[in-house]
Amino acid sequence: MAAVQDGPMELDAEKETKPEILSDGTSNLSGNTASGTLSSSPLTAAPAGGAPKMEDQQTLIAVLQFLKRNKLSESVEILRREAGLGEHQEDSQATDGSGGGKGDGDGGDANSLLSRVFITSAAAPQSMLVKKDQPDVSVVLSAYSQQGDPPLYQVYYSGLKNFIESVLDCHRAELSQLFYPLFVHMYLELVYNNHETKAKAFFDKFSGDQECYYQDDLRILCGLTKKEHLKGNEVLLDFRTSRFVLRISRDSYQLLKRHLQERHNNQIWNIIQEHLYIDIFDGMPRSKSQIDSMSGSLAGEARREVNKAKVFYGLLKEPEIEVPLDDEDDEAENEEGKPKKKKTKKDSLGSKSKKQDPNAPQQNRIPLPELKDSDKLDKIMYMKESTKRIRLGPENLPSICFYTFLNAFQGLTAVDFTDDSSLLAGGFADSTVRVWSVTPKKLRKVKSTAELNVIDKESDDVLERIMDEKTASESKILHGHSGPVYGVSFSPDRNYLLSSSEDGTVRLWSLQTFTCLVGYKGHNYPVWDTQFSPFGYYFVSGGHDRVARLWATDHYQPLRIFAGHLADVTCTQFHPNSNYVATGSTDRTVRLWDVLNGNCVRILTGHKGPIHSLAFSPNGKFLASGSTDGRVLLWDIGHGLMIGELKGHTDTIYALKFSRDGEILASGSMDNTVRLWDSMKAFDEVETDDFTATTGHIHLPDNSQELLLGMYHSKSTPVTHLHFTRRNLLLAAGAYNSQ
Amino acid sequence: MEERRFAEVPRESIKLMAESSGVELSEEVAALLAEDVCYRLREATQNSSQFMRHAKRRKLSVEDLNRALRWSNTETICGYGAQDALPFRPLKEGELFFVEDREINLVELALATNIPKGCAETMVRVHVSYLDGKGNLEPQGTVPTAVQSLSEDLLKYYQQITRAILGEDPHLMKVALLDLQSNSKIAALLPYFVYVISGVKSVSHDLDQLNRLLHMVKSLVQNPYLYLGSYVRSLVSSVMYCILEPLAASINPLNDHWTLRDYAALLLSHIFWTHGDLVSGLYHQILLSLQKVLSDPVRPLCSHYGAVVGLHALGWKAVERVLYPHLPAYWANLQAVLDDYSVSNAQVKADGHKVYGAILVAVERLLKMKALSLTLAAEGSGAGLPGTTTGAVGFRENSPGLSPPSEPLSEPPLGIASHLQAGGAGCPWEEWTPVSLPAMYCELYSFFGDSLAVRFSTGPPLGGATPPGPCQPLEGRKEPASSAPNLENTRKMPQLTASMNISPRQDGSPRMEPQPPSLAATVPGRSLARSSSSSSVSRSRSSSSHPGRSTSQSRDIFPKARFPLPQAGPPAFSFIIGGRQMGRRCQGRRFQTSFTPTPPLTTHPPRAYAHKLPVIGRVSKPVRRWTCSHYSLHLPL
Repeated sequence: MAAVQDGPMELDAEKETKPEILSDGTSNLSGNTASGTLSSSPLTAAPAGGAPKMEDQQTLIAVLQFLKRNKLSESVEILRREAGLGEHQEDSQATDGSGGGKGDGDGGDANSLLSRVFITSAAAPQSMLVKKDQPDVSVVLSAYSQQGDPPLYQVYYSGLKNFIESVLDCHRAELSQLFYPLFVHMYLELVYNNHETKAKAFFDKFSGDQECYYQDDLRILCGLTKKEHLKGNEVLLDFRTSRFVLRISRDSYQLLKRHLQERHNNQIWNIIQEHLYIDIFDGMPRSKSQIDSMSGSLAGEARREVNKAKVFYGLLKEPEIEVPLDDEDDEAENEEGKPKKKKTKKDSLGSKSKKQDPNAPQQNRIPLPELKDSDKLDKIMYMKESTKRIRLGPENLPSICFYTFLNAFQGLTAVDFTDDSSLLAGGFADSTVRVWSVTPKKLRKVKSTAELNVIDKESDDVLERIMDEKTASESKILHGHSGPVYGVSFSPDRNYLLSSSEDGTVRLWSLQTFTCLVGYKGHNYPVWDTQFSPFGYYFVSGGHDRVARLWATDHYQPLRIFAGHLADVTCTQFHPNSNYVATGSTDRTVRLWDVLNGNCVRILTGHKGPIHSLAFSPNGKFLASGSTDGRVLLWDIGHGLMIGELKGHTDTIYALKFSRDGEILASGSMDNTVRLWDSMKAFDEVETDDFTATTGHIHLPDNSQELLLGMYHSKSTPVTHLHFTRRNLLLAAGAYNSQ
Repeated sequence: MEERRFAEVPRESIKLMAESSGVELSEEVAALLAEDVCYRLREATQNSSQFMRHAKRRKLSVEDLNRALRWSNTETICGYGAQDALPFRPLKEGELFFVEDREINLVELALATNIPKGCAETMVRVHVSYLDGKGNLEPQGTVPTAVQSLSEDLLKYYQQITRAILGEDPHLMKVALLDLQSNSKIAALLPYFVYVISGVKSVSHDLDQLNRLLHMVKSLVQNPYLYLGSYVRSLVSSVMYCILEPLAASINPLNDHWTLRDYAALLLSHIFWTHGDLVSGLYHQILLSLQKVLSDPVRPLCSHYGAVVGLHALGWKAVERVLYPHLPAYWANLQAVLDDYSVSNAQVKADGHKVYGAILVAVERLLKMKALSLTLAAEGSGAGLPGTTTGAVGFRENSPGLSPPSEPLSEPPLGIASHLQAGGAGCPWEEWTPVSLPAMYCELYSFFGDSLAVRFSTGPPLGGATPPGPCQPLEGRKEPASSAPNLENTRKMPQLTASMNISPRQDGSPRMEPQPPSLAATVPGRSLARSSSSSSVSRSRSSSSHPGRSTSQSRDIFPKARFPLPQAGPPAFSFIIGGRQMGRRCQGRRFQTSFTPTPPLTTHPPRAYAHKLPVIGRVSKPVRRWTCSHYSLHLPL
């Protein structure tokens, strides 16, 4: 699955060629002694036959190229004649080399050195030049490629290891962070330069030292023993090209720097310089547990400055809607009806909308669709329902209704409920989407155009009349995708349904006609998730191509592309104010993106496995994320900090949902349980003092057991989706698994 | 370094694969390829796990891998999407392993009438699991899932049927069973019926109910519209329960649980032969559990009896593989039981005789079939040979009511044979080597002595899959009065009420059976098959299914046997094993000491000596209620 977009891929390739070409010759030079034992393969065996000669030739070619580049055609001629090289030989190499020739800004050291060498000797007779400078050039080249001594890698690494193990405890934990990225880079370096056996030995010796949460990566890594393998593996390419971020206190960093300088350990220093980003902070070094809670992602921790951007996490002002006096309701509620109604109006409208949240974005920060009449009606319904809402808490847990999919034959892949809990949609591995009516009201299609023409459009019940009673059924099947459906999402107005599929498309379905309206193409690779904005119109999708895209239903092209994740985007979620989008990824980070400008405003690290579920708290301040490691992490969006860790699930968490008032967090998992957590307590106990906020050093209380309010088993039914009804009844859904 | 971090494809395999597609690879290329193949495989697996995770499954499917392959622009691998695991088998010769991939006749499949119907539709059911976060209101999914989607009509049907079958009215039951056997619209009810049938465990005290449930199994199995799928496993376990368990009903010696076991064994073989392919490894599992029971001395004799008849019903190969090797060990135990003449042991001893008889019948057929297969192999498998066809068509116990597909004579279906060879992990038949016929005979003769010889040489000829006559007069149980003549015989020959004696000294020795295939032999077999297939479903059918002609045949059996062979009909003998041994001295077994067997000559036409055998016993009254098969050994108790 070479799911790399064309653009970045080429860029990568270009970057890659630079060291590759230059080191080609030298890899044989330095690896010469090893090549005798290495050459089990005919590929390397062929040149190994005339190894010394080859080296010379390669060096010559390198020199020739350099001369050519500097338009010293005369010297080229002479050199070629002297060496007895054919034109074509050089050309064939030169074509490769041209890529490396241009634009090597950072490689400037080597080149300037090279040129210096050359210029100084330019005056000398050219035949002499070649003979004299040949060794110099190769030395320079090998120094550049920074893999001069593959056998020494082990020595370097164990040297560092010994050093780190000998330093004071407080520094050891911090410096230990270096192990993993160094290990990976050194291993890749070895593989990249065709030192297969060395790489294997290196891996075997040191892989055991790495943190257990890197196991998955190590497993991929250990299978990779050839340069060719690297090319197809975009995850590792990313690792090479992106910088692994470490946070280290200044003291520890000084310690490390001194050590490396004393030992003249350039190898490690180079890697640190080139591939790692060390985020130095002043103050106390962090403890092991502090580090562990934040590390684990593919690219290390987030840099502090990326999480500094202001996030408007407040809620938008509710639109003012007149609540009409509803006679029916009055009758139902007898005398009490009227006073209650007024109270309702005050409560729901007044408290929320009148007071502007200081943290809220401007109302029109992103353009939102205007409310239609039907939306207003729905809002009114919502308010009425919310007056009957049950106040949840540790003493008052929600009832749970389980929607069991029977005979799904292991094919249920995604579920969604409408906000009013009237419809249920399921995405299936057989490419279908099925919609069920959860209420007694059956699903009906709109009549055909011919039939619609004869309807009396003026009649009061025209909305009723357009429906075709003959098509009424409890469920409808939507055919259109050509691969498993991995994500479904209802529009807030219940008129549309989105589905994303392995076939690379997102489809928009009408729930009036039960037909497909649009197929949004752009991902080209499986689309793992899609989600409607809470205000409709916008939606976000994320997939295997490692980007999330923001779409509007009336645009066939994405409005924003959120690129930055190093691996698949597995789940997406809109912020309640619709100004932000959160994405979870296989690279074990959660990112928050600004819909307005497409910027990444938060990178949240700490998960140790791919993230499969996200949920915003209803007040927009917090985010919960669940991953394959069975942990739920809680995040404070404003500060970009982890504020809680909920341990207990034993398998991937596929569903997370806050109750309507945010008091309870429900999590549903593959382990066939639903767990309820006291989110109020979790949020309250966090003391986000200024120090923590600025340094980002968190102390997580290990209080999962106290926060766990309840654990509820289903009978061999993994929980795929959770939903709180407007009255705070918890609905869970999943497919019964008979095996 | 040498530690393997993951599975690797050895270069030998690569070379073999290349060879199979006609490419010669050098060592180095193979090594390189092997490494790359490993890497690509790992990569594909890692990628496919992503699809699994997003499909919210725990089990990686073939489809996941195919998706990963497709996205990496590799051709997908078709044909491995079946639910059941494909057995991966070693070939004995050479270190070859292969996936057993049986050919499927598409034409047959396309024209098949029993297309599975009523694949239950995906649906959503809701129930309140936890009220106010407390207590589980109703346990989720206690009923098989499909049942929850029953329509009113089906539900009614289900209630009526179960009521009728388990009720008192035999006529109603018959009708219900018939309908169950032919109704094409009950697929959705299948899990429910299976559930009901699994209730055998709760009615082990009630033979009648057990019988009814077994009949229900039979009807379901025979229904051509039902796709049993993995429910076969459940059905088999219910049937196995009836065969093997020391049922509560068998505490009372007056209960004829033996018949139930016989019937269940028959049913088992029927299920296996018709539906064995639905569940991979079923045969193996059955054999293993039978073997386990047989080798467990703590089990009561009735369990052992069940194991023996079960093996017998599964075919002679099963007997050869499991029972025969086990016999020496088992014999000692059995002997001890049979030799104990104390009064307290009487009941146990009677049971022992049942087992003895069952074993005798089983090994007898084993010998016959083995001989026959040898003959056929020798004769070559000319398709036109009547013997081949007869063997294929007729060589099965023709069970009343059930008309199971024939057991192929020469070689059981590939699946079974190869399965046995492959065995399971640490399975005893791993090192199994076939015993030659003479050796086997010798060994068996040392156990059974003449009773073996007699039965063996005079048994029904090739074509007669069943002893054509009513072999088991069921005198004792149903109509004790009618067994008066039998009683006399019993007195004379306590063990073998109806039997023939050979005079070995004149004749040489007992012979191997292989009968030259004759047309005459095929006729009764066919007619029998026809008659049995036309018989009705219910229990009454099983009691009445023997055509009149066989009765008459059995009458003139003995005269014919005594005299020069009449060509008119095949000699059809039937025997009763054991008579009323209970409380009497049993001497039958003692016969065995009188002569030493010489290795038999397989080529000798058996009938040449068969007719010389003097008859010692005689057949008592032909059976009325219970027909018999080779192994139905109804002892009057």
